[in-house]
Amino acid sequence: MIAMPKPDPQILARRQAIAAQLRTLLPASSVIAETERMRAYESDGLTAYRQVPLVVALPETTQQVADVLRWARREGIKIVPRGAGTSLSGGALPVADAIVLGLGKFKAVLDIDYANRTVTVQPGVTNLAISNAVDAAGFYYAPDPSSQIACTIGGNVAENSGGVHCLKYGLTTNNVLGLEFVTPEGEIVRIGGKHLDSPGYDLLGLLTGSEGLLGIVTEVTVRILQKPETARALLLGFASAEQGGDCVAAIIAAGIIPGGMEMMDRPAIHAAEAFVQAGYPLDVEALLIVELDGCAAEVDHLIGRVEAIAALHGVVVSRVSTTEAERLRFWAGRKAAFPAVGRISPDYYCMDGTIPRAALPRVLAAMRDMSAKYGLGVANVFHAGDGNLHPLILYDANVPGELDRAEAFGADILKLCVDVGGVLTGEHGVGVEKRDLMEYQFDAVDLEQQHRLKCAFDVDLRFNPGKVFPTLHRCAEEGRVHVHRGETRFPDLPRF
Amino acid sequence: MTEFSNRLRPRDEADLAELVRTATGPLEPIGGGTKRMMGAPVEATPLDLAAFNGIIAYEPAELTMSVGAATPLGVVERELEARQQMFAFEPMDPRVLLGSPGEPTVGGTVAAALAGPRRVKAGGARDHLLGLKAVNGRGEAFKAGGRVVKNVTGYDVPKLFAGSWGTLGVMSELTLKVLPAPETERTLILDADDASGAISLLARALGSSHEVTGAAVVDGRAAIRLEGFGPSVAWRVGALLRELGSPDAATLEPAASRSFWRDVRDVRSLAEAPIVWRVSTVPSLAAAFVARVALSAQLRVLYDWGGGLVWLGLDAAYEDLVRGALAEGHAMLFKAPAEIRARVPVFQPAPSGLADLERRVKASFDPDNRLNPGRMGR
Ligand SMILES: Cc1cc2nc3c(=O)[nH]c(=O)nc-3n(C[C@H](O)[C@H](O)[C@H](O)COP(=O)(O)OP(=O)(O)OC[C@H]3O[C@@H](n4cnc5c(N)ncnc54)[C@H](O)[C@@H]3O)c2cc1C
Repeated sequence: MIAMPKPDPQILARRQAIAAQLRTLLPASSVIAETERMRAYESDGLTAYRQVPLVVALPETTQQVADVLRWARREGIKIVPRGAGTSLSGGALPVADAIVLGLGKFKAVLDIDYANRTVTVQPGVTNLAISNAVDAAGFYYAPDPSSQIACTIGGNVAENSGGVHCLKYGLTTNNVLGLEFVTPEGEIVRIGGKHLDSPGYDLLGLLTGSEGLLGIVTEVTVRILQKPETARALLLGFASAEQGGDCVAAIIAAGIIPGGMEMMDRPAIHAAEAFVQAGYPLDVEALLIVELDGCAAEVDHLIGRVEAIAALHGVVVSRVSTTEAERLRFWAGRKAAFPAVGRISPDYYCMDGTIPRAALPRVLAAMRDMSAKYGLGVANVFHAGDGNLHPLILYDANVPGELDRAEAFGADILKLCVDVGGVLTGEHGVGVEKRDLMEYQFDAVDLEQQHRLKCAFDVDLRFNPGKVFPTLHRCAEEGRVHVHRGETRFPDLPRF
Repeated sequence: MTEFSNRLRPRDEADLAELVRTATGPLEPIGGGTKRMMGAPVEATPLDLAAFNGIIAYEPAELTMSVGAATPLGVVERELEARQQMFAFEPMDPRVLLGSPGEPTVGGTVAAALAGPRRVKAGGARDHLLGLKAVNGRGEAFKAGGRVVKNVTGYDVPKLFAGSWGTLGVMSELTLKVLPAPETERTLILDADDASGAISLLARALGSSHEVTGAAVVDGRAAIRLEGFGPSVAWRVGALLRELGSPDAATLEPAASRSFWRDVRDVRSLAEAPIVWRVSTVPSLAAAFVARVALSAQLRVLYDWGGGLVWLGLDAAYEDLVRGALAEGHAMLFKAPAEIRARVPVFQPAPSGLADLERRVKASFDPDNRLNPGRMGR
């Protein structure tokens, strides 16, 4: 288990007083301090980690957020921002001496502007609700995390979330145009809007993906797109992951960027088929779903080209959807892959590294060796187009030692991703989960520079403590002492 | 690149870090020198990055390209063309407007973030910069981002460097996302009553499902680009014309279309204007903004990005007029003599809360204000 920073006993002792003070700043229904009611907030999508928060605050307006943050700054109280709590990296995990600041009451769609193709919403609006709000006019919001019915746009901005369509349509960061946010000092700041680019530094780009470490997002403007006229999918089975990977590379080399391109390995195919009977072939090592969207003329043309490419790469099963129902059936197994794996194993742990695709055969082979070494199964689903892997490690939390082994297995996979030229996380964020691996991808100077950016926003390090960065020395002591869980880190580094 | 007697020429990254660390005065990072006439004038020792030249890794199937910062853009684009790929943000060539010497480099192009017409569909330089190596103002070499197309590990520092005009760090190496180049393209030219009418046509085209990759108003007419695979483009041309109710509009064939958009990208129609503003605004507000400026000044105008990017050619700076007329967005004084750029804030000044954050961000990279001090007015 990854250790969280030690709570400040003085803050813990003041819990009741802190709740009372919050009630002077917020409506009574916006402050939750009873332990039983706070349990709903004790965890996020990384369910192995739990912590009841100090107090939960659910403000209703930007001004209330600013009031709370100004007060919290004066009192030296830490803040954990929270959307829907679906983070898979522990980004929204409470810490014992921090207020959970939930944006659940920020539910309004503020503006829909079809002429300029933008929607402005409050951060607690779910990802899917944005698309639903513009559906009647044929528009949608492109980034589509599988959690889209639940996760909020504020959480998406904080995590820079992706989805199966982001190869063609971009991640959150490529689709957000403007933000209002409140700094840790309680200042309300607006960046961007319905126009493009900024006259100064791209703080919009910096805030997106900053995992709740730099401020509270209180309003988001996104761009919307007209839905493609049609979409069709191919289901392609291969006798080896290598052939599947080569086929993906060949599709891209042919100048085709599919709307979605997903791969599953044998264990994932079997789990999914057993769960939803999507009609997947069970005797292949790799299954590829390639979705092409656009006008019918384009989709028909590209379906033919992708079929031909697959044939050249030894495809053994090749099916093309001819109806919408069939397309959805192709997807059904992939979309249900997580719960499907949940049926064959009491617990699973979802990883999220990205690799250069060419390294796929090597990484999959190494994963099989690790699976034997740790004595734990692994099923792989991944966003094949951009090399973003989601290995699902199977374990049983009730068996002593299995969670630790699953975590060690996961860490080995992520280190391998870095070793082959990739990164620790493609869309789920660092959070708590990958915090202590940051030093594997970045060296001390890289991390120091990122830490200085943190200090530019949050000088007393009160926002989302214990997340993303392994060592957080105080801003004023920058470059001098690195204290982490009581030990000095980087002992060989010259100090100046 | 132009000759400077006092310039510094680091040989490699370690040398670059040492030069920055031991510098006794401000430094001006220089790639090809084509954009030295942009931003507020800087009094600093030129830091010539010519040594950081060359393609380090090009992986067409991974959609990534890593280059030394001073690699000429033209060299990289030829390499990309040979594999039918491109930098999808369509960077402009600033020499057409500025008449500047030299060769644009990849580092300078990203540092200036001057995306072209395809910005509306494919995003800007910010959306294609995946990772970098740089030396900050303390003389420390660091890396940020990665070399794969999907990455959320740590803060997205590359976003800050796109459009930072050499004020945060000196980039030595960049990794960019590359994309397939379209197989073919066509441009539709439609008549409109006025700019506002043309912009409404563009809005309808951009709001359609036809994946418009260029939307400009040139000489009062709406120009719409469609790119992609042959059968798809052919079908979309017909469909869009039907939807817009102008079945007999003119279409430009691929070669004519390419040169048309090259001229839009480089704003060739305003090349003779002594003063040029580059204004990013809300498309539906653009025509009214231009009309307000036109009440008090003679101007030439080019609208790109569906009206969201307005280029104004003027014979004097008119900064109060231009910025006063702008309800939303930001206006950059793109081209003007040095004495005007020294007096008029080149980049739209930020409100105080935001300006304060930007100052702290700058200080987190360059606490002694060594790199291009004042270039962005920040
Ligand atoms: C079944 C399942 C499937 C998933 N599929 C995907 C997927 O396909 N792609 C993908 O990218 N992710 C996926 N996720 C992960 C998760 O849904 C995303 O990271 C999502 O963006 C989190 O949103 P949330 O509202 O739940 O945020 P939370 O989990 O509440 O918070 C996430 C982070 O954002 C911060 N935060 C939240 N709101 C704000 C705010 N207003 N201001 C500042 N900081 C804030 C929190 O502090 C935390 O660090 C999946 C999760 C689950 C459980």
